[in-house]
Amino acid sequence: MSRTYYLRTPIRDEDLEPIRVGDVVYLTGTIVTARDSVHKRVVVEGMNLPIDLRGLAIFHAGPAVKKINNEWKIVSIGPTTSTRMESYEADFIAKTGVKLIAGKGFMKERTAEACAKYKCIVTIFPGGCGALGAKCVKRVAGVHWLELGVPEAMWVLEVENFGPLIVTIDTTGANMYSERYRDIQKKISELMK
Amino acid sequence: MPIHEKLKGILIDFIRVSVTELPLDVIEALKHAYEAEKAPFIKSVYEAYFKNLEVARAERIPLCQDTGLIEFFVKAGTKSPFLDYIEDTLVEAVREATHKVPLRPNAVHPFKNINTGDNTGSRIPFVHVELVPGSADLDIYIYIAGGGSSFPASARSFLPGLGFKAIKNLVIETVANWGMNACPPLMIGIGIAGTLEIAALLSKKALLRKIGERNLDPDVAQLEEELKNELNNLGIGAQGLGGKITVLDVFIEYAHRHPATLFGAVSIGCWANRRGRIVIHPDLSYELPLHRR
Repeated sequence: MSRTYYLRTPIRDEDLEPIRVGDVVYLTGTIVTARDSVHKRVVVEGMNLPIDLRGLAIFHAGPAVKKINNEWKIVSIGPTTSTRMESYEADFIAKTGVKLIAGKGFMKERTAEACAKYKCIVTIFPGGCGALGAKCVKRVAGVHWLELGVPEAMWVLEVENFGPLIVTIDTTGANMYSERYRDIQKKISELMK
Repeated sequence: MPIHEKLKGILIDFIRVSVTELPLDVIEALKHAYEAEKAPFIKSVYEAYFKNLEVARAERIPLCQDTGLIEFFVKAGTKSPFLDYIEDTLVEAVREATHKVPLRPNAVHPFKNINTGDNTGSRIPFVHVELVPGSADLDIYIYIAGGGSSFPASARSFLPGLGFKAIKNLVIETVANWGMNACPPLMIGIGIAGTLEIAALLSKKALLRKIGERNLDPDVAQLEEELKNELNNLGIGAQGLGGKITVLDVFIEYAHRHPATLFGAVSIGCWANRRGRIVIHPDLSYELPLHRR
């Protein structure tokens, strides 16, 4: 039976301990967008992050934004495919101490191992819900690496009850993907007989 | 105001409605899917979908941040007074809508990788025109082709002897291997023809049909129903989390093939299936038949 948790940043290891795959999380506090280019800078190019991510959350997302009176506003923000970040994520978790990852679709073995070792969870924010995502953003606290372009920059967002975030990897390293993959592969072979 | 300016204004509103609201048939289908699902965390995904639709409609903001590449399929009445400038006006409307709605700029040069910033570029927005003899109306479909759902599309050549079975397996493989990341529950458009580009175009035109609208050929209609049930058996479910509903509908369009060739193509639409339709009369009065007004 799936349970619901309300998390607040900074997230501590013990906050994540009872949470299991299939549970639903709502997040209040700071979440920072990080997609392909940010991961590459940190993991491959070894650049230092402009913000300390320890205890915080990242979001695989590129927002639509507008600037009103010198202040950024998020128009619409929803997740991009997390699988694209798989080759970087384990190292990213190790290096940054991030505690929660929100995205779309599933992540794989290496990420799950890193989640168990460094105590982090991976979640799905429903794809296509950009308006709902924007509604949860109370304030844009800052933006870093804007030279990467609007979608790829690091947007530091203050969010309230951001979710639903469906947990797909928990701190035991359990990964919903393994089960989902096995079930679907079995169905394919039945259907294509 | 010159007539083409008025026409442009109407088209900008049409684009705004199409990225901020879903067609009624899609909303209905999502409600049925919600009823069919039992697991609480899958239900919570649908609840997020519905809440998202409310917020987007109320605040007139794009329901998904990926406002796609924009495609128009125009059935142009040969007696319409707007034929001379409809194509240019569609491009201008997209350019202005990008700033006014706003839309996320998505048109990227394929070699230089530079984003034009206004959703227009070489052959973008895509405009496909068919003539309707004797009609004075413009009947325009818009399709918002998001990245996540466009990515898994596929088209292939098959030995004609393999028949529909081969195309069906292409569809099953595509949905099973890539469907999770395409924001399910999905809409599946299948094109069957004698050349690759006819099949591909038909697979997208298939997605313009309303949910539940079957192919007029009863044999093809039956194949659509069968394939829909089989794809639902894959158990991918909303956002890939499992469940009973993987696809909202399956549509097949075909053209006669060459004796030596058989092509199958599959295009995929996400749950946020942003397809719109506007019928514009010669006096610039118009209807949006797919949306709640």
